[in-house]
Amino acid sequence: MSEFQTNSRVIKWIEYRLPIFSYVNEHLVVYPAPKNLNYAYNFGSLAGVMLVVQIVTGIVLAMHYTPHVDYAFDSVEHIMRDVNYGWLMRYMHANGASMFFIVVYIHIFRGLYYGSYKSPREVLWFLGIIILLLMMATAFMGYVLPWGQMSFWGATVITNLFSAIPLIGDSVVTWLWGGFSVDNPTLNRFFSLHYLLPFVLIGVVFLHLWALHHRKSNNPLGIDIKGPQDTIPFHPYYTVKDALGLAVFGVFFALFLFFMPNALGEPDNYIKADPLVTPAHIVPEWYFLPFYAILRSIPDKLGGVIAMFAAIFVLFVLPWLDTSRVRSATFRPIYKQMFWLFVIVCLVLGWCGAKPAEGIYIIVSRVATFLYFAFFGLLPFIGWFERPRPLPESINAAVLKSGGGGAMPEGAAAKAEERG
Amino acid sequence: MADTTHGGQTRRDFLYIAAGGMGAVGVGAMAWPFVSQMNPSQDVLALSSTEVDLSTIDVGQSVKVFWRGKPVFIRHRTAAEIAEAEGVPMGDLPDPQADSDRVQRAEWLILVGVCTHLGCIPIGEQGDYGGWFCPCHGSHYDISGRIRRGPAPLNLEVPEYVFLDDNRVRIG
Ligand code: HEM
Ligand code: FES
Repeated sequence: MSEFQTNSRVIKWIEYRLPIFSYVNEHLVVYPAPKNLNYAYNFGSLAGVMLVVQIVTGIVLAMHYTPHVDYAFDSVEHIMRDVNYGWLMRYMHANGASMFFIVVYIHIFRGLYYGSYKSPREVLWFLGIIILLLMMATAFMGYVLPWGQMSFWGATVITNLFSAIPLIGDSVVTWLWGGFSVDNPTLNRFFSLHYLLPFVLIGVVFLHLWALHHRKSNNPLGIDIKGPQDTIPFHPYYTVKDALGLAVFGVFFALFLFFMPNALGEPDNYIKADPLVTPAHIVPEWYFLPFYAILRSIPDKLGGVIAMFAAIFVLFVLPWLDTSRVRSATFRPIYKQMFWLFVIVCLVLGWCGAKPAEGIYIIVSRVATFLYFAFFGLLPFIGWFERPRPLPESINAAVLKSGGGGAMPEGAAAKAEERG
Repeated sequence: MADTTHGGQTRRDFLYIAAGGMGAVGVGAMAWPFVSQMNPSQDVLALSSTEVDLSTIDVGQSVKVFWRGKPVFIRHRTAAEIAEAEGVPMGDLPDPQADSDRVQRAEWLILVGVCTHLGCIPIGEQGDYGGWFCPCHGSHYDISGRIRRGPAPLNLEVPEYVFLDDNRVRIG
């Protein structure tokens, strides 16, 4: 790969003191990425863009928002009606949170499908789960800020989860609230933390990228990069691919933003919080629904809470649960089917979470919860008896064989590399 | 690749510039709302006028009223003060303006009470010119609110106002 070179004396002067230009060059320009990355690999950069969108719109909202139980709801209406483009800022932020989760969930499923959590990328995977947990905490606290009915009762229900902890549960909840119910102190600390956590996220994202660039991207074949013939420089190949993905995703985002900005929200949240009346049917935002369904499917308070947290924390042990040495599901006939079943189970759980906890829905969510954990429980055994299909000898060989290199003879690819 | 020519433009150059141009337009269009949101919101603009009852202000008195977050000075000038203000030669003024251009009714002097230097609030009936004196950096204003000496570059601003009748004025 080409070393960073420049004729500019200013750049040389800075570079000598802080090698920032060569650093950017190394990680965003000449960075060698597997040449076979498909569109499933766009979601990482999209998640990064969404984090920036949330932070920028969030900072704007915070300029007009008042974190006080008497004013919060009205200040959000003030944003919607009076602030110039306030409706745009708020809808971007509210829908942006949903977009962020869509992107991150697809990103995670991509990792599951191609075995990206396996050695040597376990730490990269852990950092991803930490990002998911931080996002969830951030989104939950953000949802409380407009101080509507769902804000208030969502906050009450979710903080009450901690009362399931034996012995100290009640004291923990009082501590979280800063009082004896969700009230002004709760709103103020949630606002403070909601502002803080996205910046913690930036830090974790940097670690995530550091781990990524240290061990390089996995790829749809799940085999290692064996040499320069297996890679292409990040710029222009993947900058352009990411830009195209961003444009298409932007259309999708705009569809919600401009044509159905409240489709993903709950109408009840346009009613000001009333600590004396609980809405008939409390549901969290859609991105929490599968976990909410798991919580409700267990007929025991502590058990439900444990199952819900376990549903996420089990991802931390995934690298050891999966005993197969083959990464990509493309070459794992049984795992591939299990993967798609798992996706369906997650969708079914999400559907159950949106339904009232009664009748058939309880049965369906119990079965789905069982299957959710069964996926992880079966993985060690699948790895033992599944017979993977033969792996290609290299990324380059597979690309050329599939005709992927047809439009670009080998020589041209090599030349592109030189040009960087 | 085939489009790598020497000296001339290539298809790739064109695509590069076209894509970059589109990107720049998009970023610019997105930036506008983010800048605009910091301008006064509709409710702030809606609160931008104040009505004052003048019947309680005796000749020689002044009052301060609050308008758009700033003080407005309303001074009921005496005949002597009016004569003094009208008598000042234009040549003595750093920011020349006749007193008659600064009032609608000569007895009522209405000014935004914000020093045109750096925004402090001048003190009434002080300074060397019988008008206002700004303690921050020593600007002297006369009884027409015109700057006479000190670092302030301009006369005190005259807000928009209308007399609703003889005893009521609406500022803004
Ligand atoms: C990880 C990034 C973030 C996520 C996932 C997120 C999520 C959310 C959500 C779901 C809401 C409720 C939306 C509604 O129904 O109105 C919200 C509201 C809010 N957020 Fe964020 N947010 C993020 C970053 C930020 C940042 C960085 C700030 C401030 C610097 C911020 C400030 C606010 C404010 C002031 C509100 C209340 C106004 C409103 O309800 O629209 N957010 N956030
Ligand atoms: S602000 Fe009045 S003299 Fe400087």
